[in-house]
Amino acid sequence: MTTMPMSASPTRSTRPLLMRPAISLARREVTRFLRQKSRIVGAVGTPLLFWLVIGSGLRNSFRMPAVGGGMNYLQYAFPGTVVLILLFTAIFSMISVIEDRREGFLQAVLVAPVSRTAIVLGKVLGTTALAVGQAGLFLVLARLAGVPIGVVSFVAAFGVLILLGLALSGLGLLIAWPLNSTQGFHAVMNLLLMPMWLMSGAFFPADGASRWMGTLMKLNPLTYGVALLRHAMYFGASEQPGHLPSPLLCLVVTVGFAALMLFVATRLVQRSG
Amino acid sequence: MAHETCESEPETSDDVAAPTFERQDAAGSESTGDPVVVTESLTRSYDSRVALDAVNLTVARGSLFGLLGPNGGGKTTLFRILSTLLTPDSGSIKVAGFDAVSQRHAVRQRIGVVFQSPSLDGQLTVAENLEHQGHLYGLSGRTLLARVAEVLERFSVLDRADDRVSILSGGLARRVEVAKAMLHQPEVLILDEPGTGLDPRARAAMMDELMRVRDEGGVTVLLTTHLMDEAGCCDTLGILDEGRLITTDSPAALKRLVGGEVVSITTPNPEAFATAVSKRFDTKAAVVGGLVRIERDRGHEFVPELVEAFPGDVDSVTVGHPTLADVFVHLTGHGLYEERTQDEGT
Repeated sequence: MTTMPMSASPTRSTRPLLMRPAISLARREVTRFLRQKSRIVGAVGTPLLFWLVIGSGLRNSFRMPAVGGGMNYLQYAFPGTVVLILLFTAIFSMISVIEDRREGFLQAVLVAPVSRTAIVLGKVLGTTALAVGQAGLFLVLARLAGVPIGVVSFVAAFGVLILLGLALSGLGLLIAWPLNSTQGFHAVMNLLLMPMWLMSGAFFPADGASRWMGTLMKLNPLTYGVALLRHAMYFGASEQPGHLPSPLLCLVVTVGFAALMLFVATRLVQRSG
Repeated sequence: MAHETCESEPETSDDVAAPTFERQDAAGSESTGDPVVVTESLTRSYDSRVALDAVNLTVARGSLFGLLGPNGGGKTTLFRILSTLLTPDSGSIKVAGFDAVSQRHAVRQRIGVVFQSPSLDGQLTVAENLEHQGHLYGLSGRTLLARVAEVLERFSVLDRADDRVSILSGGLARRVEVAKAMLHQPEVLILDEPGTGLDPRARAAMMDELMRVRDEGGVTVLLTTHLMDEAGCCDTLGILDEGRLITTDSPAALKRLVGGEVVSITTPNPEAFATAVSKRFDTKAAVVGGLVRIERDRGHEFVPELVEAFPGDVDSVTVGHPTLADVFVHLTGHGLYEERTQDEGT
């Protein structure tokens, strides 16, 4: 048997690879996204339209309860729209997990000598980069919406976006991982993710809601994320964004939410060997 | 019936296929020179159904080995265990010297896997797909780029390096799949039904590539198939049916198991006809896939007798040398393409 001259054999590490595969997987997410124009339109266009139509429609019928002062509905709904962009991107990423599984792509990653954590990290980092990129772009428009955002508050808000992006990508991954059809995911989106967003204070404040709704909103971790973003965007501003949980509580809950989602997603993926 | 392209070629004729390891495999001998895959009593069930039943498989290093069987026969389960995606219920499996369950990581470094469904990302170019693959296997930088160019060149797809995978033809995309699986220089290349979805020409080209992989790199190629043309190209075939490995031998040796020639008869009432023929000629006539099938020495001389004995009952008769499909019927009593009662879980 003749052996063909080949380049030197690859060095084989004794431990499953982590960072290089993770970064490569994350980069693939971004490249794919940028090459699918319809996804960009869907992920940014839908929330934008949502915000303009509902915001403009409710502008005069909506009065901020209690504090909030002169805030109109377009201003009120702005941070919620930013969070909706994050959520939509996480959802799109979720579909790609299911597609990757149905195609052989994910299987090929699973038979490679990579740590299962690398798969989670790659997916989550890629999704977060996309989500934060788009939401951040939208955040630049905040001044047009009348939100008095400055450099410091922009940077603070950007940090919150990263934190929320990690949490929602992790949540997306752990929902998508066990699903084997995109149909199942539509149910999850309508029954879990959209209500979670609607009841996060993104769409209406807890103050004016009925009692049981107010309780649900208090239990919803995303409520604290949206509130944290409001705190960040209005950081140092003279106007305040209305009745919100304290910044510290918001930060603790959001960090906890992100950590829990990433932990559970990692455990879930590790179970697949 | 598909053509068995490799049969006419000298590579798999008796004299060449005969020496060394294949024969020892066939005998189930323990003393096989250098086996690269060894399973012992490998068993796996899905719920109550046994998908693999105590399979003892030995694959010689540097051979082109085919697992032949119908859909639902256990091929996919064995493929998934070999590629470390599934763990067996009991029994042991060693791939390239490592335990495929407890030393999964080491096995993963040494196998290249081609799945039935495409694993290339259609949105990325051919080169980007391979670079990504390299990152998964710890390659990077200039070493990786050089290796990607080398492997694309070797599989004659270097000129398509910057094309997106989504615009490639089916045959070309499958070739890139193989190139991708060979990027990290695996010792064993495992493919699940590599010819499925390809036209016969593309399939023949694919088998040529796989024989080249075996010859030039000394790589062991292990594939699952239910297609005769692919099976005919293998050095050794393992016949897998209803979860059991029935036999292992070279295609030529397997065909010798079937005596003489195979006579197939189309008739309006096959069951009754088979019974009548069995009685009249003291031979074993069976109904397989709607045809009456008789294995017989000097089959061509038997045809006139048969037709005269049952005038009007015979719509058509064919006589042929045994094919691998005949071998399968001979060994299992049923056809390779007959619907099995249960689907294989995935």
